[in-house]
Amino acid sequence: MTLRDYAIRYGFIVLLFGLIGYFAVAADGFVSPQSAVFIFQSVAITGVLALGVTATLVVGGFDLSIGSVATSAMMAASYAMVVLEQNAIVAVIACLVIGVVVGLINGWLIVYMRVPDLLATLGMMFLLLGLQRIPTEGRSIATGMTMPDGSVANGKFSEAFLALGRHRIDFFIPSLIPVSVVVLVALAVLIWFFLEYTRFGRMMYAVGSNERAAELAGAPVKAYKIWAYVISGVFASIGGILLAARLGRGDIASGNNLLLDAVAAALIGYAVLGAAKPNAFGTAVGAVFVGVLLQGLTMMNAPYYTQDFVKGAVLVVALVFTFALSGRGKR
Amino acid sequence: MGADAVFRVEGLRKSFGQNEVLGGISVELHAGEVTVLMGANGAGKSTLVKIISGVYERGGGTMRLAGKAFDPVTPAEAIRAGVVTVHQNINDGVVADLDVATNLTLDRLSGKGASLLFKPANVRAEASTVADRMGLAIDLRARVADLSLADRQMVAIARAMAHQPKVLILDEPTSSLSSAEADRLFSLIDRLRGQGVAILYISHRMSDIRRLADRIVSMRDGVISGIFDKKPLDYEGAVNAMLGRKIHLDRVVARNSARAVFTAEGLQLSPGAKPISMTLGAGEVVAITGLVGVGKTALAETLFGVRRPLAGIMHMDGRPYAPRSAREAIAAGVFLVAKDRAMSGIVGGFNIERNISLPFLKRMSDFAVMRRRAERVAARRQIDELGIVCRSEKDELSALSGGNQQKVMVARWMSQASRLFILDEPFQGVDISARRDIAAKLRASADGRATLLFVTEIDEALETADRILVMSEHTIVGEHRNADIDLDRLLAQVAGGPLHGTA
Repeated sequence: MTLRDYAIRYGFIVLLFGLIGYFAVAADGFVSPQSAVFIFQSVAITGVLALGVTATLVVGGFDLSIGSVATSAMMAASYAMVVLEQNAIVAVIACLVIGVVVGLINGWLIVYMRVPDLLATLGMMFLLLGLQRIPTEGRSIATGMTMPDGSVANGKFSEAFLALGRHRIDFFIPSLIPVSVVVLVALAVLIWFFLEYTRFGRMMYAVGSNERAAELAGAPVKAYKIWAYVISGVFASIGGILLAARLGRGDIASGNNLLLDAVAAALIGYAVLGAAKPNAFGTAVGAVFVGVLLQGLTMMNAPYYTQDFVKGAVLVVALVFTFALSGRGKR
Repeated sequence: MGADAVFRVEGLRKSFGQNEVLGGISVELHAGEVTVLMGANGAGKSTLVKIISGVYERGGGTMRLAGKAFDPVTPAEAIRAGVVTVHQNINDGVVADLDVATNLTLDRLSGKGASLLFKPANVRAEASTVADRMGLAIDLRARVADLSLADRQMVAIARAMAHQPKVLILDEPTSSLSSAEADRLFSLIDRLRGQGVAILYISHRMSDIRRLADRIVSMRDGVISGIFDKKPLDYEGAVNAMLGRKIHLDRVVARNSARAVFTAEGLQLSPGAKPISMTLGAGEVVAITGLVGVGKTALAETLFGVRRPLAGIMHMDGRPYAPRSAREAIAAGVFLVAKDRAMSGIVGGFNIERNISLPFLKRMSDFAVMRRRAERVAARRQIDELGIVCRSEKDELSALSGGNQQKVMVARWMSQASRLFILDEPFQGVDISARRDIAAKLRASADGRATLLFVTEIDEALETADRILVMSEHTIVGEHRNADIDLDRLLAQVAGGPLHGTA
């Protein structure tokens, strides 16, 4: 391997460790279990969304609706528990159903209605942003809120549900690891194994690389594409469950950055280990990378409004790594 | 007529890297004459057209238009000088979202002397003079996107003719037209011929050629292999010159098959085509040959379940066989190495090993988890069997030569046993040694299955097959056992001779 190959393959990992080293020296208290856990917690929700969108990237598609699927799931969970006074299990199931249904509709629009993926999921994004406001006429959902018909909603978030966002598991240090981080790691391992080691994952990559070749090799290409959007929808709705559990209310204004952060993590993932293709491991590293960067900057007292700029710059650099340096940008 | 050539090309050369595509082409075009250019895929026709129309720079030789040197650097320059090309892809010649009038005058919207403002009335007036001169009966206000393919083609040609060119090049203009639509195109071409335009007409369709040609120029492997201008034109000679007939170094010993694997009865590929019936036996290699566009790929896709026949039934090993998808065909043991590997075979993101295992992932996994060891073993075995030149089974396909890429495609479908093995143009873009390797491997492994090849070049059929079927006009018109073959008769069938008079 030439130096260039090494740069392409390990450049981003080296950059990540360089960054950690820099913050370790420059920011007090950066190197501590709590700080590490905080980074993971801060990227848990976007990480889950990013893993889902990776599945659509693998089949050569894209899903812009993930952010609004997550917030819709959050509103649905809140509505189920606060207004309909249901338990945690019903709320979780309602969210997952939303994810599956949206994924199926996205897939149907793209595969059978031949709407380009970006446009179909953009339309779905707007549709959901509007839809999630209709049941409460645009109000946020919290215990004691007044409903449009004048009644008061008396249900509340169940403790079991809130634990998903707030409970911390003992790990050497008492109450160290939040449940959301466990969910993130579990889903990351799951989707990584699925994409890398199962025949379904393999065929999804084939569909994304050369659809016609995959079809002539006997793959049901349409089904694979629809499944990819279902995976994306379900992961986004899991992200929404975590969001609702963390906030403890259905906040209409939350989740603005989810889509862009998740997409950035997935695209940064292209550059990790010189993969030059969407991959679960890269996506996870990408999410952590963004988390480390933001946590470090915050601890060095960088103003909050520089965050988006920094994220954007990282994304652009990562895309240069992927497309220009490796020369394999042709999908 | 030889003296008054309007357009003359001499000793034209062109190479892409090591690969010489044109090796000294000399052609003349005469005013008021249709010169047909014939050549198999890869003969260099489109390279020649692209040089003449200013898309490519030439590597050597001269071009003269009406006695003056003609050296276009851009397509626009070629058009201004009076050489206009209508490309194969009709939609390249028109802007679908604009109306006919604007399309006909599009080239005057830019360039020197174009008015700053867009005046619809002027445009329409100008467009109607262009349309009248061409005898074009199309509503000038219609959107091009709403027109039929034939009408679009007419608009593209009319637009080209608005420049009043001396030379018009038509690249396979009828490839997507019905025969009635083609007739309209032919009368337009007759009209242009009458106006004294020199026309270069590129086509494979014998019926077009019989209808239009004043002269035929055949190309093969980047050189002119024959010029035919004596009436009556020698069509079979032209086909022969284009497909070539070399001395066969490896003639095959034709085998006969006793047991039928695949049968088709009354298979109809397109409306009006005569139905096809055939039987393929175990252990035999059958080649179907014919010109481009006679339905070879359509037949291959029908057998593989990608396309449905209009009528007819098929049997595999005596059982009814009516695949509705590639998946069902594969399950029935029918494998296809598809034409054009870059488009429909190679998965660019995968290495050799993963390209080979692609159709058989289910057979190579336990509970959906891939058995990577089994994959690697299969890949190594196939690399060995077919002599694929590579560093290891982890190589990307882009690192391999065309011949080795094709070997990987064949290896993919030979990694599991098949009942009917179909290969559509397996030797396209493949060097001679890889072609020999593949052919030898096909014959050596032919026992127990039926093997069916679709090839345009007769040589390739003669080198590999036990039996040769000839296709023309979406049906099979001839059958030959590959032993003491009557080549003249075979060529006559390929050329769609008067025996089967459908000119």
